[in-house]
Amino acid sequence: MVKVVVCGAAGGIGQPLSLLLKQSDLISHLALYDIVNAAGVAADLSHINTASKVTGHVGKDSLADALQGAHTVVIPAGVPRKPGMTRDDLFKVNAGIVRDLAQACAQYCPRAFILVISNPVNSTVPIVCEVFKKAGVFDARKVFGVTTLDVVRSSTFVNHIKPQFEPHANRITVVGGHSGATIVPVLSQIKQVSFTPEEIKALTHRIQFGGDEVVKAKDGAGSATLSMAYAGARFTTSLLEASVRGKRGLVESTYIHLNGNPGAEWNARTTGLEYFAQDVELGPEGVANVLALPDLSAEEQGLVKIAVGELKGNITKGIDFVVQGAIPVAKL
Amino acid sequence: MVKVVVCGAAGGIGQPLSLLLKQSDLITDLALFDVVNAPGVAADLSHINTKSRVTGHGKDDMDAALKGAHTVVIPAGVPRKPGMTRDDLFKINAGIIRDLAEGVAKNCPGAYVLVISNPVNSTVPIVAEVLKKHGVFNPKKVFGISTLDVVRSSRFVSEVNSTVDPKATRVTVVGGHSGVTIVPLLSQIPGVVDGLSKEQLDALVYRIQYGGDEVVKAKDGAGSATLSMAYAGARFTLTLLEAVVAGKTGLVESSYVNLDADVESTAAFKAKHGVDYFALDVEFGKDGVKHILPLPNVSAYEQTLLDAAYPELKTNIAKGVSFITGA
Repeated sequence: MVKVVVCGAAGGIGQPLSLLLKQSDLISHLALYDIVNAAGVAADLSHINTASKVTGHVGKDSLADALQGAHTVVIPAGVPRKPGMTRDDLFKVNAGIVRDLAQACAQYCPRAFILVISNPVNSTVPIVCEVFKKAGVFDARKVFGVTTLDVVRSSTFVNHIKPQFEPHANRITVVGGHSGATIVPVLSQIKQVSFTPEEIKALTHRIQFGGDEVVKAKDGAGSATLSMAYAGARFTTSLLEASVRGKRGLVESTYIHLNGNPGAEWNARTTGLEYFAQDVELGPEGVANVLALPDLSAEEQGLVKIAVGELKGNITKGIDFVVQGAIPVAKL
Repeated sequence: MVKVVVCGAAGGIGQPLSLLLKQSDLITDLALFDVVNAPGVAADLSHINTKSRVTGHGKDDMDAALKGAHTVVIPAGVPRKPGMTRDDLFKINAGIIRDLAEGVAKNCPGAYVLVISNPVNSTVPIVAEVLKKHGVFNPKKVFGISTLDVVRSSRFVSEVNSTVDPKATRVTVVGGHSGVTIVPLLSQIPGVVDGLSKEQLDALVYRIQYGGDEVVKAKDGAGSATLSMAYAGARFTLTLLEAVVAGKTGLVESSYVNLDADVESTAAFKAKHGVDYFALDVEFGKDGVKHILPLPNVSAYEQTLLDAAYPELKTNIAKGVSFITGA
């Protein structure tokens, strides 16, 4: 049983995410960190009759205490989108938040698994990795961008048009990144049902812009929180099952730094990218094995091409934010 | 079809409660009703890859939300701020509950009604009186959710006695759902009370009775228990559904009910203490309350707690009843 930290625990995602994690029997200590309200959220959750103890940590001065001894750190911290915003628009605010949290993690829990939810994930994961590299503690097998909501949405949306497709039991591989056109659901791999080209197009678009659908429906009141909490908890639980309980063969689609991860060579070569989302088998070290991209349909190959083009820019933006940041790194 | 409606679904309890219910495979339709924001919460939840279909209903859509409901869970209303008692909420929440009960009577008179909105000691009688007015009250189907007191009891006992597994240990909590009306029967758990001094026992009971205040204080104006209440509310709702939908037998939860749900078991108790409503252990059957378990033999200490609970409960109940009957 391990210590798991939620950074941004008092927020729209953080609260329901923490509620779900409170129910895990693999967690002995759930530490909730935020810049406000974390003590109240912790008091609330601490009354639940499951095994873990809950602590609340408010403000930057409490970060060390929150992170010390962490096995896993989940980061939903930051601001959500409003109607009309892309995930990239969040960069200005969230990049600094994620960088600061990463710096604290590198200092206080350098060997922890880091699960990044804060958008834009395509850029915030590179930020975390670059901070860890700078601190000399980077392990590519331990930093994950949580793209599970795209996987969850894929199953759900397929079920909406094909009721015979059971959404909970069937997993769909989603590759690329975690925003709009960088999300590529591999619908051609689904064997249980077949689709017309129009259905493929409509499904793909709905999966890619599922986030926008919720932002629009919430009409200024926020973005996906409950479904993101569900997806975030699912990914965290899978990782804990693999790394704590030693369960083998668990596969999740996730956005990771390719170099340094076994099995990633094919995807790195094919895409030319440093970061990419694909199916990953989880293990005690985090990433046990990266699964090569499956056979893609012609359409999917086209989508991956578009995704790669957009991802290049997202990744560079994240890397540059750290590399060219306030504390300059000496160029070799 | 099993349609479950959450009234107040966009609120602090409603949202995480709806998230937990969304994960149940006993529910086919999850209808979210609130005066604001319900469509957005529904869109969010609808993306989760579990069985139920989710719909969102705004304030002019209550009838559609409730039509055909199998179960209605009501967390609607305002939460406490520091210094407030659950009774202070009465002014605002009584009217909200009355209106929702009217909606139930009109649209889904046969539904199970699960009341979370405080003050539960009074809002459950309000629901009952409205349903009685329409001739559709079934005491086996109306419940005040006091499960958070049970959850807290399990948790707080495990914190003073590490041999107690909080998840596996259920504590019977009787009486009502506020302060001195909450009576945890700790004597029923083997080996717990004996290891405690009088001060420790007092502190433990006090903590269970005022657990809600503990969270209100910690949240410092930002609200009351939401996540733990969602957890407790979902636990109670899903236990009920296991019994009435999945046909599971022998399931027991402490719940605040109208004692006519089991006249045979409670007639003497009711006559003796003069309360029509009381939280007791309830065994579920396929039609709701199958059996109300009688009050077990309590310790002398617990008897003093009960003696303090009865008069306050009577007042709370009368307040709820007269809000509808005007009596």
